Amino acid sequence: MDEYKFVGKSSVRVDGKVKISGAAQFIDDLDFGPNLLYAEVVESKFAHAIINSIDISEAEKIPGVVKIVTGKDFPFRFGLYMHDRYIFAQDRVRFVGEQVAAVIARDAVTAKAAAKLVKVDYTELTPVLSVQQALGDSPFLIHPDLKDYHHVPWFFPQTNSNVAHLRKVRNGNVEEAFADSDFVLDDVYTVPRYAHCALEVHGAVGLLDHSGRLTVWTASQSPHTQRHLFAEALAPLGFQHKDVRVITPFIGGGFGGKAGVSMEILGAALATKVKGNPVKILWSRAQEFYNTYQRQGVVARLKVGVKNDGTITALEHTLYWDAGAYVEYGANVVNAAGLSATGPYRIPNIKIDSYCVYTNLPPGGPYRGFGYSEFLFGLESHINELAKKIKMDPVEFRKKNAIREGDRLTYGSKMNPNGLMEAIDKVAKEIEWGKKETSSDPNKVIGKGFSLFWKAPAMPPNASSSAFLKFNEDASLNILVSGMEIGQGYLTVLAQIAAEVLSVPVEKIRVETPDTDRNPYEWQTVASHVTWGCGNAVKQAAEDAREQIFDLIERAKGKKRDELYLEDECVRSKVEKDFSLPLKNFIISGIQKEDGTFRGGPIIGRGMFMPEFASALSDPETSQGGHPNVHYTVGAAAVKIEVDKQTGKVKIPKVVLAVDCGKAINPDLVNGQITGGILQGIATVLYEDMRFDNKGKLINANFSDYKIPTAMDIPDEVVPIIIEVAQPDGPYGARGMGEHTMIPAAPIIANAVEDALGIRIKSMPITAEKIALAVKNRNEN
Amino acid sequence: MKKEISFLLNSERRTIDVSASEILLEVLRDRLGLNSPKCGCDRGDCGTCSVMINGKTVRSCLILAIEVEDQEVVTLEGMMQSGLTPLQESFLKHNSFQCGFCAPGVILSTTELLAKNPHPDKEEIQEAIAGNLCRCTGYSPIIDAVIDLVK
Repeated sequence: MDEYKFVGKSSVRVDGKVKISGAAQFIDDLDFGPNLLYAEVVESKFAHAIINSIDISEAEKIPGVVKIVTGKDFPFRFGLYMHDRYIFAQDRVRFVGEQVAAVIARDAVTAKAAAKLVKVDYTELTPVLSVQQALGDSPFLIHPDLKDYHHVPWFFPQTNSNVAHLRKVRNGNVEEAFADSDFVLDDVYTVPRYAHCALEVHGAVGLLDHSGRLTVWTASQSPHTQRHLFAEALAPLGFQHKDVRVITPFIGGGFGGKAGVSMEILGAALATKVKGNPVKILWSRAQEFYNTYQRQGVVARLKVGVKNDGTITALEHTLYWDAGAYVEYGANVVNAAGLSATGPYRIPNIKIDSYCVYTNLPPGGPYRGFGYSEFLFGLESHINELAKKIKMDPVEFRKKNAIREGDRLTYGSKMNPNGLMEAIDKVAKEIEWGKKETSSDPNKVIGKGFSLFWKAPAMPPNASSSAFLKFNEDASLNILVSGMEIGQGYLTVLAQIAAEVLSVPVEKIRVETPDTDRNPYEWQTVASHVTWGCGNAVKQAAEDAREQIFDLIERAKGKKRDELYLEDECVRSKVEKDFSLPLKNFIISGIQKEDGTFRGGPIIGRGMFMPEFASALSDPETSQGGHPNVHYTVGAAAVKIEVDKQTGKVKIPKVVLAVDCGKAINPDLVNGQITGGILQGIATVLYEDMRFDNKGKLINANFSDYKIPTAMDIPDEVVPIIIEVAQPDGPYGARGMGEHTMIPAAPIIANAVEDALGIRIKSMPITAEKIALAVKNRNEN
Repeated sequence: MKKEISFLLNSERRTIDVSASEILLEVLRDRLGLNSPKCGCDRGDCGTCSVMINGKTVRSCLILAIEVEDQEVVTLEGMMQSGLTPLQESFLKHNSFQCGFCAPGVILSTTELLAKNPHPDKEEIQEAIAGNLCRCTGYSPIIDAVIDLVK
């Protein structure tokens, strides 16, 4: 049934060999020559303090120190969606670990030693360490100048408060609907902060050469966005975009943590102070934890009404996000979650308030799932409790209310085609939903949990992708794009798309990580959108090249273009069976005519994609009127757990996840996202958790104390299920699915714990200790 | 204070001056140009810096360079002198790695495992790579590739 030759096949990764041979270069593997300088930052000891003075005199005396810079050198405010941060702290610090100054030296040891000698005199202020504290009566304002901050038009800062943005969604009348409901359930769910824990730390190397050109090598998911922000932030120094170049080698994991600009601004800024010398700044693992984006914590109050027949009538969802000291990226997580906090359900009456709250904890930001994991924990826990109250099977309850194609979304647009029902049915069958199981061990009980999930790419309405495609003499080709291969397999998928259009096998296609000088624009590799957005651009570039080929054959060979097609790297004709012209015969050199002249020239394809139907303009009081999300990817997941009643330890015999990716361009890579994402999600439920002391200092900034899963911690069985209901505007029907595999992990386990023990845990993580204590408390009462 | 040490590195005798505090990982990467061992945590938690000393996988971020005097050190680069190993081919076929940062360490740990135990079961493979963190794959594509090779 599959008419495709390359799309839909599990091709071996185009970056496979370079990675398994150890040849793949990451930022710290690049050689910058003997002139390379090293930078070390001086960090704030306090979560909230006024900087009185900085004394660099002792540090300057150390031999090998080249330059010391402080906030005074860069008094420029910048940010992605809101200009609320500085390159170095200015008059005050807002979280423990914030960069206050930097020492640049000939070697890393000297830089580190000298940084310890920089003396900063502070006046400590009361730190604001929770959303409750930030929103309380006459709270201490973390950003007194909030009202002056430049921001995107879809943010609504609340002046004289710590609320950087409030996303309100209103439809119908929730009060009347609650009054008409047979049952209303009201509860509060809390989710702490989490760390991405990509194995490669953040790093940047900047070089301002003597001609005035700034090149920055970064470990980044967002080369063009970085170039734009570097150029924008450093514009007072006279930079234009053409003067700034970002080169991104392979990155050792991203998960959102290397999106936007975090510490990389230091590489760009410091380079301007040591002209002619490359300067490297590499985070330690501890800095990786406390001074890059963290996943934001949330306190979510949820009230949902239901009829006895199982119809959900109304939802009121109030989300208080602990967005940290700077929210230039995190506020958009809050925004995205607010727009979608109904989950994949058809609910006629809604009231959502999503508050982006400044605190004196490290800056929040994007993390795989972009707010959806956080609200789904409460929502899908709540859905189970509601089903229980009206004595309905939780899967039946979900099916009854699940969103369908054409249903109204929170902001008024219609839901895209999707295979949610198919996903629910397949997952229920695979996990043997309804079949009660008992453990052979009397101390253990078995439970099953189910959840739906959805997520839309959260992007500006004009986020765009572009691609160049150029042939080589042997008809092999290079694709130039600026999305990032962050492990997901993006380069391979793009090669497969181009292969399909041009009949050139994947092995003959090279796609590499970008250089903003050479590769065309891409917004960022985030939001699970690059297969869709950049895939469209590459498909268009390949089609553009194909049309140029047909033009040339028509012109030089007198064939009708409608009769031509590409097959096995040749141009063939539907009407002349014998006509077969290998691409390599003319793709660079052209076609020779009888008089000895040539027609043609190197074929270069060009493609671009922007979702021209998207709009972020809507009524700020209701969010009605715009079309902020391009589409939703949906799915379902379930887990079977075995839990020890005494120790609370959870073992996972089986987990199933079905995702509707529209079209799996490479099924093996889709499955890879599922097995990887679900484990990353499971860890956030069972043990990961960022812990801060009462002064706002992160106390578990390493892998011994912030434990991420090892090979010993995996489920016994992971069953990935691919659903394919085509996305009409996706390349070959594809839509994104990379983040989605992490999202349902928390509620499936929370619901399985409830199924096994009858205990509802409303705060993450659901550690063994928490379960054991809950069992003990219940048994004692 | 520098000391001259001599050791076998990827089958080649190398002699180099090191100070007493220099870490093996830094010497391999910064002075000998071998970049397959990576620094992921700098405290022995993650396994990305794995190298083999006398056939045993160790974390080079926890070892002083002077300790390898007269020892045999092998990095991933040294294992490919006659091309990719069958184990690497199996990882390739199974798309076992995503970002690839942990790959060199995982390949060394599994190579050591197969040298000692040519037919490991799933649990033995899990145990062998338990010291190599991978944030991308969920480990099963790595385990599957080893199982496929030895079955």
